[in-house]
Amino acid sequence: MLARVENLRVRFPTPQGWVAAVRGISFTLGREKLGIVGESGSGKSLTARALMRLLPRHAEITANRLEFDGIDLRDTSERAMRAIRGKRVGLILQDPKYALNPVMTAGAQIAEAWAAHAGGGRRAALRVALDLLAQVRIRDPRHVAGLYPHELSGGMGQRVMIAMMLAPDPELLIADEPTSALDATVAAEILRLIEDLVSRRGMALMLISHDLPLVSHVCDRVLVMYAGRVVEEVAAADLTRAQHPYTRGLLGCLPSLAKPKPMLATLARDPAWGEP
Amino acid sequence: MIAVSNLQVHFGARAVVRGVSFHVPHGTSFGLVGESGSGKSTILRALSGLNRDWSGRMAIDGLELARRRPKSFFRDIQMVFQDPYGSLHPSQTIDRALSEPLLVHGLDAVEARVRRALEEVALPPSVRFRFPHQLSGGQRQRVAIARALMPEPKVLLLDEPTSALDVSVQAEVLNLLRNLQETRALTYVMVSHNLAVIAHLCATIGVMQEGRLVETLSADDLRAGRTRHQHTTALRALSLELEDPSEAGRPA
Repeated sequence: MLARVENLRVRFPTPQGWVAAVRGISFTLGREKLGIVGESGSGKSLTARALMRLLPRHAEITANRLEFDGIDLRDTSERAMRAIRGKRVGLILQDPKYALNPVMTAGAQIAEAWAAHAGGGRRAALRVALDLLAQVRIRDPRHVAGLYPHELSGGMGQRVMIAMMLAPDPELLIADEPTSALDATVAAEILRLIEDLVSRRGMALMLISHDLPLVSHVCDRVLVMYAGRVVEEVAAADLTRAQHPYTRGLLGCLPSLAKPKPMLATLARDPAWGEP
Repeated sequence: MIAVSNLQVHFGARAVVRGVSFHVPHGTSFGLVGESGSGKSTILRALSGLNRDWSGRMAIDGLELARRRPKSFFRDIQMVFQDPYGSLHPSQTIDRALSEPLLVHGLDAVEARVRRALEEVALPPSVRFRFPHQLSGGQRQRVAIARALMPEPKVLLLDEPTSALDVSVQAEVLNLLRNLQETRALTYVMVSHNLAVIAHLCATIGVMQEGRLVETLSADDLRAGRTRHQHTTALRALSLELEDPSEAGRPA
């Protein structure tokens, strides 16, 4: 088991008292593709970030168990965390425009990510960077390596981001809404690329998105989150047979090209969904 | 209602919109789909007057559009943007955001109109004296729509109005837009890269590729697969594949 989470809770202090964002989540993750789906504010990103301990300092995290590859993440030193972040767990964010360093070329950023963990020389790092750019299917790696983030399109930027995360050869890749800033055609290409690289390298994938059908295309298993809890866990292939009214509601409110509906169903939220 | 013929827009030496023509009858919706960079938003910005550097002919309600436009134009045409976070002034209350268009256009009964507008977009009256950061994304987009409706426009230009929203909120906003169109006989031009969203709201759809309108077809033809241009066919196939969860397990 790569990751084990039991009764994870994250809460934030506010002037009005504590606000619980993640309220008792448990799951295990092997070398598989796990999807986490939910609306904004459902706690899906916080759950993933808790695994990397990348939460704001004032956040209070408690868990009965929070492990990555047998390492207890609850009381690991920052120094030990640095050996996990990037090196063993990679994180791909939504918007490459904000996630990449604007004053470094794409090639230099990928090379830096590799050198920081593998400790090779400049020349070797650059060679690895070019090789990685080719792996994320960039046609002219040498040219793209010399470009700055503002010169890259959204899809290209996301490829660079993926190359950078693959550089230290992590065991787990967390992709937090990796395609929400991209249009449909490019998004499909990027997802196919992530899926292919993950399978080929035998990595585990945690894909976070609000798009339920999209996640089900890539993942083996999907956790559906609502108000800081997991309300349902389904095998991706059984998504159409999902039981929970929230999951069914999420599927029902999508406009469909195949089946026109005069009005879209809206979610009638049941307060009971937020209860344990 | 809206007639565009041979519209061209250049950014420097680059042609972004290369001779686009379409026609939108009164009270109907026209959708523009295409990938990023295909020029769809640029067409909206030229129509709305945000971009003055265009050539060709555009007419709204029989009025030929020039570079400079009369004040009445900005009452008749309103625009809703993608990002409700960016399109509301962060330090002004919702009340101020909604009443400003009324003051600009010299409309009376500000109090009653603001209250009615909030009701129309199904927001509670208490929202009126809040600030944008105190609202959720969906509520903010409702405020943006309410603000666009304040001067009683005839045309709404919608630039990806739901792509920053959760799918559940997207459904609510799309339903709202459809109801408003029926009650107010509005004409819509909507831009989106999501075919299912466009086909839901628009009876006629224009497909853009590299600055050209490569195909104009009805939503029914699109749903039924009666496409003529290969780009439309490809976009349709991808959209169908992605929306169908029962395809799961097979390679995406």
